[in-house]
Amino acid sequence: MSDHDHHPDEPAIRAEALEHLLVEQGLLDPGDVDTVIATFNERIGPMNGARVVARAWCDPGFRERLLADATAAVAELGIDSGPGGQMEKLVVVENTDAIHNVVVCTLCSCYPWAVLGLPPRWYKSPAYRSRIVREPRSLLAEFGTRLNPDTEIRVWDSSAEVRYLVLPQRPLGTNDLTEAQLAELVTRDAMIGVGRAGAIES
Amino acid sequence: MDGIHDVGGMHGFGPIERQVDEPAFHERWEAAVFAMLMAAGRAGATGNADRFRHAIERIDPVAYLSHGYYGRWLGGLETLLIEAGIIEQSDLSARARSLGARPDARIAARPAAAPDRVPAAARADNRRALDNPPRFATGDPVRTSTAVKPGHTRLPRYARGKCGRVVCCHDGWVYPDSHAHGDGEQPSYLYTVAFTGTQLWGADADPNLRVQLDLFEPYLELSDV
Repeated sequence: MSDHDHHPDEPAIRAEALEHLLVEQGLLDPGDVDTVIATFNERIGPMNGARVVARAWCDPGFRERLLADATAAVAELGIDSGPGGQMEKLVVVENTDAIHNVVVCTLCSCYPWAVLGLPPRWYKSPAYRSRIVREPRSLLAEFGTRLNPDTEIRVWDSSAEVRYLVLPQRPLGTNDLTEAQLAELVTRDAMIGVGRAGAIES
Repeated sequence: MDGIHDVGGMHGFGPIERQVDEPAFHERWEAAVFAMLMAAGRAGATGNADRFRHAIERIDPVAYLSHGYYGRWLGGLETLLIEAGIIEQSDLSARARSLGARPDARIAARPAAAPDRVPAAARADNRRALDNPPRFATGDPVRTSTAVKPGHTRLPRYARGKCGRVVCCHDGWVYPDSHAHGDGEQPSYLYTVAFTGTQLWGADADPNLRVQLDLFEPYLELSDV
């Protein structure tokens, strides 16, 4: 194996080489890379999902529409679920005292980009993808989410084009907060289902 | 296919490594891979998302586990660009060496000698209205297929040959198992199917675990339990 041990720069160098070839062929504009970075830093990220969750906590009618047809409901907030957003059909699943939902894609790393942006590294790791469908309770504890043994854990393996978002439970003692303040409490991890709203982000 | 990508339920990958305030891209090259995939799509090299997923499944398995997420994308992207005749692998390797790559660096791409011919997708959406009614109804007991072909599928290994129950039907969708290989859309009904921990992992499983997968109709048969 020693001849082929992973060198951390290998994919980086090969990507740079490929970029050179595609630019020379006129297939890629170097500015395209900056556009991608700006899009996912500024426009598409978990702040979109947080708006959805905060609205659902404040507006019972919206919550009902969200759980019935999430794709249409998030469009009300101006979130485009189109193919570029990797979210042709979105389903929102609600956490309760009895059921805790958590999302994975064991075969690749499918993720609702339009509401959460690009997934964190751990979501794409073989460790998360292998363990969450088999021993989710101990894995969630590693994230600091300790569940009652009687709470059902419902794992959603995104094995087709449907994408899933968890509607976390509203933290206690937040009755006085505005919708915008509530959105600040909604973490990416809570919307994947490995964390709780109002908890410290991983 | 029985590939390295199909990790659900495997043991031995260890604890989760997390990072606080993780950026969307850790390095510029990761965003470059993203942009190059879009460019390859415009050039007609990728065909469709199912084919791209399968190209990643076909990369070198050691690279799959060691090159990271965008390294896997890069391996799949390079595979498809070579199969489309847009780049030569020797040119890319020579360019990489000129930029400092080691001569014995592991190459992730695994282009096929006789690649599938996959036309560029005519449309970006995958949902299709079907004329025939769905075979299964909510609540039906079903058993998943044990048939394994070497190609693309969205039935994970851990859910093969298992009994579960239909939760709902998501209408018709392009069938990845054919679409990835250029064998047409063959749209099929898609169902969410629920399995208990015990059904998947045996008597020692968490008694309050339920795993739900989205499975295409050809993966399923009615079962009697």
